[in-house]
Amino acid sequence: MASQTTTRIRITRERSSRSLRRQGGLGERFIELAIRAVALVSIASILLILLFVGKEALPLITSGEVHREVTLGSMFAPIQTANDMAYVWQPVSETPKYNVLPLIVGSLKVTLVALVFAVPLSVGAAVYVSEYAGPRAREIVKPAIELLAGIPSVVVGFFALIVLASWVQKVFTTEHRLNSLVAGLGLSFAICPIVFSVSEDALRAVPRSYREAALAMGSTRAQTVLKVVLPAAAPGIAAAIVLGFGRAIGETMIVVIASGNAALLDFSLDRSARTITATIAQELGEVVVGSPHYSVLFALGAMLFLATFVVNFFGERIVHGMRRRLGTVS
Amino acid sequence: MPAGARKLVGKVRHGDRALAAATVGAAVIILGMLAIILLDVIVGGARTISWEFISQPPRKGMTEGGIFPAIFGTVALTLLMTIAAVPAGVATAIYLTEYASMQSRVARLVRVSVANLAGVPSIVFGLFGLGFFISTVGRGIDKVAYGGQSVYGRPCLIWSALTLAILTLPVVVVSTEEAILSVPRELREGSLAVGATRLQTIVRVVLPEALGGILTGTILAVSRGAGEVAPILFTGVAYYLPQLPTNLNDQFMNLGYHVYVLATQSPDVDRTKPLLYGTAFVLLVLTFLLNLIAIYIRSRSRKRSRASA
Repeated sequence: MASQTTTRIRITRERSSRSLRRQGGLGERFIELAIRAVALVSIASILLILLFVGKEALPLITSGEVHREVTLGSMFAPIQTANDMAYVWQPVSETPKYNVLPLIVGSLKVTLVALVFAVPLSVGAAVYVSEYAGPRAREIVKPAIELLAGIPSVVVGFFALIVLASWVQKVFTTEHRLNSLVAGLGLSFAICPIVFSVSEDALRAVPRSYREAALAMGSTRAQTVLKVVLPAAAPGIAAAIVLGFGRAIGETMIVVIASGNAALLDFSLDRSARTITATIAQELGEVVVGSPHYSVLFALGAMLFLATFVVNFFGERIVHGMRRRLGTVS
Repeated sequence: MPAGARKLVGKVRHGDRALAAATVGAAVIILGMLAIILLDVIVGGARTISWEFISQPPRKGMTEGGIFPAIFGTVALTLLMTIAAVPAGVATAIYLTEYASMQSRVARLVRVSVANLAGVPSIVFGLFGLGFFISTVGRGIDKVAYGGQSVYGRPCLIWSALTLAILTLPVVVVSTEEAILSVPRELREGSLAVGATRLQTIVRVVLPEALGGILTGTILAVSRGAGEVAPILFTGVAYYLPQLPTNLNDQFMNLGYHVYVLATQSPDVDRTKPLLYGTAFVLLVLTFLLNLIAIYIRSRSRKRSRASA
């Protein structure tokens, strides 16, 4: 309050001593212009990311020299080997093999494990915070869960490597210490906060009158939650899952540390997996700039960018659509 | 009450309790995850932490000594990042809330871009930093100012910092925007009514009121930037350097990267494990404390704005 008063006094003094014009002078116009220009940085950044990641990937489509080793089509086609057709990612070998299927499967596998663990927990916790918790508990639980997002992913990866891997090996007696299950569990730490936050927002966006109407008609609290509140918030919870998926598929450090990184086309959870992100992280540092391998890694990055772009776009749209329907546009 | 109805009520109550218990359980498990990771790193790291560990460079192939250069590198990196990200983020938020009209297409595009920027995978930022800052901007500077000598056209501190600045921009924008929006309209109107210009109103009335939010955003951005590894992998970080970085075009060591390398490429895991725990401890304490501070400031300024509203 005090600071407001002094501000007002200061403004009054300013007025009497300096300018009476409401429209600012040249200096003010210049600063406004500068602010407007700086605001364009975020638009420029998105465009530049698309442009420059795409530019380094472009030789994959245009360069004949790169085509002798790999084309966009051959990245998805099986590779003829001595006695079989195979899907192999072996960029550093006599004849480099760039089949991305093992990486895509690896990414999806790890992401799926993470979602299976994180979604029920996060949605459950969101229901608790929005429907059951008192204001006191709410004020502690909510920020605490969101704090989980503040742990650097490299620390989560380290924790998965040292602690989770040992637990998983003990419980499931897996042959390989590092595998999709461990990486997925680690990833679930990273996506719980986002799935929780978005779900909780969705639940809170359901108008109070819905709950009151249900309770007034004699529903129990559980019935109200399950049959009225959750269905009304369903699009928002779907969006939370979609956004969690986007976050998980793009996460790098956890999976590069805890997944084992063997690029095999394999659908089992107890074997090592290699994701798209981990491949970029591990290989880009050792590759010759401008080589086919270099272009392929940038193409993977571009794919990842577009995938998360689409996923996030739909996630945001669902949230907005739901809010508009419920009349709680913020 | 007839027996059937009583039975029904009993069942209903049961279901009611079960759901409540399940949701409490879910919340407890997530909180448990948070607790266990904190406990493990803190207990494991506390044994390693000493003044020597924090103040000395590594020795004997990273099996002894400390991590001072990694701490220094992390601080230098996030400082540079903050200098770039905070003014840009605050200006963007001011534009969105104070200058742009409701129907402005540009403002909508800015908003969409900020939201999308927040969703771009961090490794893609690394690719972008390499393709744009190093290969294009850096090489360009070398060609124009240094006769093609490799000075800025290589991985170094400034490019890592700028890459991280773009990554953390949305954090600053969102937090600042929220704070500015919660400044009561009457304050602005009062200021304009006594003859202040728009800019004066923003600088002297709106921004001081929104300071808590700006600070929160800055701290969260610093915390995020200090913990990110993927974007700096190819844009400037180094595993071991005998000297501290002194120029913008020097490479640097980094806490997160140190954890990554010790965790994945150590020839002797048992001997490096204490160092690994120690480094993770320092990184976690750094980022976590910043987060706690941010939450504290945010809840305080929210309470204040609620009280004055």
